[in-house]
Amino acid sequence: MKDDKLILGGHVFNSRFILGSGKYNLDLIKAAVQHAGAEIITLAVRRANSGGEGNILDHIPAGVTLLPNTSGARNADEAVRIARLARELGCGDFVKIEVIRDTKYLLPDNQETIRAAEILAKEGFVVMPYMYPDLNAARDLVSAGAACVMPLGAPIGTNKGLATKEFIKILVEEIDVPVIVDAGIGRPSQACEAMELGAAAVMANTAIATAGDIPAMAEAFKKAIEAGRSAYLAGMGRVLDGRASASSPLTGFLAE
Amino acid sequence: MENRWNHMEYMEGMEVLESDVMTQVLAAMNQYDYEKYTAEDVRLALSNDIRTPKDFGALLSPAAAPFLEEMAQLAQQETRKHFGNSVYMFTPIYISNYCENYCIYCGFNCRNKIQRAKLTYEEIEKEMEAIAATGLEEILILVGESRKQSDVEYLGEACKIARRYFKMVGLEVYPMNSDEYAYLHECGADYVTVFQETYDSDKYETLHLGGHKRVFPYRVNAQERALKGGMRGVGFGALLGLADFRKDAFATGIHAWLLQRKYPQAEIAFSCPRLRPIINNDKINPKDVHEAQLLQVITAYRLFMPFAGITISTRESARFRDNIVTIAATKISAGVSTGVGSHVEELEDKGDEQFEIDDSRGVAEIHQMLLERGMQPVMNDYVYV
Repeated sequence: MKDDKLILGGHVFNSRFILGSGKYNLDLIKAAVQHAGAEIITLAVRRANSGGEGNILDHIPAGVTLLPNTSGARNADEAVRIARLARELGCGDFVKIEVIRDTKYLLPDNQETIRAAEILAKEGFVVMPYMYPDLNAARDLVSAGAACVMPLGAPIGTNKGLATKEFIKILVEEIDVPVIVDAGIGRPSQACEAMELGAAAVMANTAIATAGDIPAMAEAFKKAIEAGRSAYLAGMGRVLDGRASASSPLTGFLAE
Repeated sequence: MENRWNHMEYMEGMEVLESDVMTQVLAAMNQYDYEKYTAEDVRLALSNDIRTPKDFGALLSPAAAPFLEEMAQLAQQETRKHFGNSVYMFTPIYISNYCENYCIYCGFNCRNKIQRAKLTYEEIEKEMEAIAATGLEEILILVGESRKQSDVEYLGEACKIARRYFKMVGLEVYPMNSDEYAYLHECGADYVTVFQETYDSDKYETLHLGGHKRVFPYRVNAQERALKGGMRGVGFGALLGLADFRKDAFATGIHAWLLQRKYPQAEIAFSCPRLRPIINNDKINPKDVHEAQLLQVITAYRLFMPFAGITISTRESARFRDNIVTIAATKISAGVSTGVGSHVEELEDKGDEQFEIDDSRGVAEIHQMLLERGMQPVMNDYVYV
């Protein structure tokens, strides 16, 4: 476990929990980061684009890697502009690409995301694209230079868990960069399940923001993610489908 | 008596959209019979995950009144899922109160003898500077509806000045053509709110006796023209109390719902104004729309379109506003005056106000109130791209 690191664009992380920041009180961010043991925290550039009152940047503890996202972008060009703005604001080279042109379900536009990834990877960004879990799109993102892929578990904010489980499994199997499950994770148990499947990390925001005790929930997620990771590394046993199985019902005759 | 010309006919120069949205909205509203809904319809609407227009109709019906607490609790959950505990703060700035319309309930109407004023660019800048100094980063530019006194070029310059002081610029001005919206978008505005007042076109005709605002379809289609002009978001609002508020609220929701389906990238926002007293008529009131009905309307909007922004007006009391921001509203104004030139002392009272406000608290007070209620005041969550 000690050598089990998450590597993104050459940067090494011990924590596999990426924390969202946009939905709760700024003065709780620090406590949430500490209890989550998080080393990466996302922030919306549109929130950070603020020098005045309530600037989210002022509340993020030192030493934590900022992952600015391009929320608000409706196409690749807007995502690229927002990413560049993040760099100008001093948010570093990481960028989570979010291209959304549906305000109802907030589903990502894979095609435009790939286009933005191509441009931003060439400009030296560590590109982390939020995506709909489609194998072809994921391959294109890897070819475009993405440092990971971030498939959604369920629509943003729904807390519905791994609704896309079967497709995420395919990505874990086929994609060689880290697969980070983003969006829809509503409970620690769901985060744990994602890690058991072989996800490299989990990102959560709403699930923590809507909890009664934000730091305590952050810690619960931390433990769940660690447990899921350990289980994955240990090699999951076969899960039986509700039926007992005789040890060798068909081939036992050979020993007779 | 007025020459009551046909309010369904466009005036010269008004862009006619090839769109069936208005027809659909009016058809849905006319078919909406809120008396026919039962408690069972309301229960079903509450239990549904994605709510249909029929569910929305049930939630607005009298049958939903006994479920108000449940609606509020569900609305709060939906709001938290989509917005966390963020509440956005802004203030309106009235830069002119000249108006060419004769709307009998409005303090700005051209027959009402009030002090008229229009700010110069220098005055706009002074006002905006004073507002920005309060810490606000979002501004909503308003004018009385006079194209002559405040033409598109004047509005464009106001937007350009606003962009220097604020991160986010919205407009609540007279409806215009899509190329004019495109121009104002280039000047820095990204959000357009147009209050339809009422979707009941017969009633509309009796309230809007003169001026371009009398043209009902041009107003209904304003949001669609704004989206065609490249605006990021559009706001909707019926002035509750003018006509049958349930039908008006239903039409408002369906209007927003249809436009979001047609323009999925559009950000949708609702305002929920009720009638207020005006200068020279202090008898105007919201009639049968009491706070309980207003709460029902607001929570129904939230449950029908959980992702939509909802703005709470200073027309409402501090008590109502302080509670609704923890339930369903996502945006609150602060330091509001509906007069012209009210933010700088030397300009004070240059032009009279549009209506009486109820909640006169300043930015610091609203900010403090939000924190005390466990909410996060957010000055800006927007980037102009």
